[in-house]
Amino acid sequence: MSNLPHPKGAPPAKPPREMWSTRKVFILAAIGSAVGLGNIWRFPYVAYENGGGAFIIPYLVALLTAGIPLLFLDYAVGHRHRGSAPLAYRRLTPKAEGLGWWQVAICFIISIYYAVIIAWAGMYMIFSFTEAWGDDPQGFFLGEFLEVSENVNIGFDFVPNVLIPLVIVWALVLLVLAAGVQKGIGRANIIFLPLLLVMFLILVVQSLFLPGAADGLDALFTPDWGALTNTGVWAAAYGQIFFSLSVAFGIMVTYASYLKRKTDLTGSGFVVAFANSGFEILAGIGVFAAVGFMAFTAGAEVGDVAGAGGIGLAFIAFPTIISEAPLGALLGVLFFGSLVFAGFTSLISIIEVIISAVQDKLGMGRVKTTWIVGIPLALISILLFPTTTGLNLLDVTDAFVNNFGIMACALVTVLLLTYAFRKLPLLGGHVSDVSSIKLGLGWRILVGILSPIVLGYILISELIKKIQEGYGEMPTWFVGVFGWGMVVALIVVALVLSLIPWSSKSAANDPVLDAPNKKEVSK
Amino acid sequence: MSTAAIVMLIISILTVWGGLGLALVNLQRHPEDDTRMPEEHAPEL
Repeated sequence: MSNLPHPKGAPPAKPPREMWSTRKVFILAAIGSAVGLGNIWRFPYVAYENGGGAFIIPYLVALLTAGIPLLFLDYAVGHRHRGSAPLAYRRLTPKAEGLGWWQVAICFIISIYYAVIIAWAGMYMIFSFTEAWGDDPQGFFLGEFLEVSENVNIGFDFVPNVLIPLVIVWALVLLVLAAGVQKGIGRANIIFLPLLLVMFLILVVQSLFLPGAADGLDALFTPDWGALTNTGVWAAAYGQIFFSLSVAFGIMVTYASYLKRKTDLTGSGFVVAFANSGFEILAGIGVFAAVGFMAFTAGAEVGDVAGAGGIGLAFIAFPTIISEAPLGALLGVLFFGSLVFAGFTSLISIIEVIISAVQDKLGMGRVKTTWIVGIPLALISILLFPTTTGLNLLDVTDAFVNNFGIMACALVTVLLLTYAFRKLPLLGGHVSDVSSIKLGLGWRILVGILSPIVLGYILISELIKKIQEGYGEMPTWFVGVFGWGMVVALIVVALVLSLIPWSSKSAANDPVLDAPNKKEVSK
Repeated sequence: MSTAAIVMLIISILTVWGGLGLALVNLQRHPEDDTRMPEEHAPEL
């Protein structure tokens, strides 16, 4: 592209901004980002505990009234202002720059522990061949594998079983990111996403043929209509959609900024959102069919063995299922392989938010920025998590940064954009200019009124719960520093970063990349 | 499986995957406009 004559006659000062080759690559990358560990190990349990089959109603309502509208908001900011999260928000209005840095700071924290879970899943893929956990998966996971210390603090007693795969995960993810938007991120998603789908489909079919599978599905899909009158169930549906779609995270702002000028944003967004939900339904079927089999072999009710999802489901319940099931090794490779691929494409997108921001701020090339960002990030992750104390740190950081950090950031973002900066008409207008499905007053009501109400309700309920009940059995100082402290620290870091001026080399000094107006588009 | 569970399983699949199907049809009806390459509209390139 740099060989093309510049429209204004002058040669470009630096290489042009990277771009997706087609919208298909963008859609695949956006689905790869949205489909993550939460789809596999969170959704089935949220649905099961909140009305079973009846949950589909609040779930779809949440998808259409908050998930998709907020996704379009992210697309609008990134696509209109063509920058990383801080730069795109800065171009929207300089006062909003801090929102972008807040999202970058959240991605920084999440990436350093998210990589660790992918490393565990990678190891468990290998363990599946020999069923290394024997007849005590819980004891194996916490004892032999993670060597979890009884002391809750920060230690540097490394566990080679986790350290080595973690170094490999970081090396691979940084190589992908250094290769660039199209050749790295795009290509990785073109390969891994279809692979994930095929592996997971085989897993679902295999699970469905296990004895007891029907009981598992019965437990998941039997509707409890009374649940629909419970506000907690509706909050759970909005929470699930919100976390699952990766909105208000900087990811969709960043990915949308690499799109061509004339791209159908709403048309693409609907495909991404429904593909993500389609995968969640598939995961629900696969996971609960397997849990039904676990109940069958234990001679128990599904409810008694279901557990609570998350890390317990993946690294304790599933190994139990693998040990009992016919062709268990295959089931293990498919399940843990799916976790690795789903997690890897999401991790790529989380780190890209940081790389893109630093690249814009310092005005440096892709490869150099990847190492400047990636090496410290990898070192922090490798130093803190593959240790005997890493699990507790991961647990607390995830519970606070993921729950409060993202939720608070989303709430503040919609409130500021709607009421302080009053940018929704501008952003909605931009999306409508380039898209097949137009955004009007309805979208502005959903983003500006309904979303803050729902986000505020979930955030305040969680806040009250955490203050009243504390967090697990963790010491107060540990939760205070790495839970609450981290949430507050991210906001302070964001404010400080937004005060640092943009140098003459930074992308902020590129010509103002305003949206093409209607005349331009129709030329 | 109970009838209610089977019905809800089918409804869940039809609504979500049906939604994906409709979204894909909508996208196909609005193909990418290759005549509008980015350099035409992005002065910085």
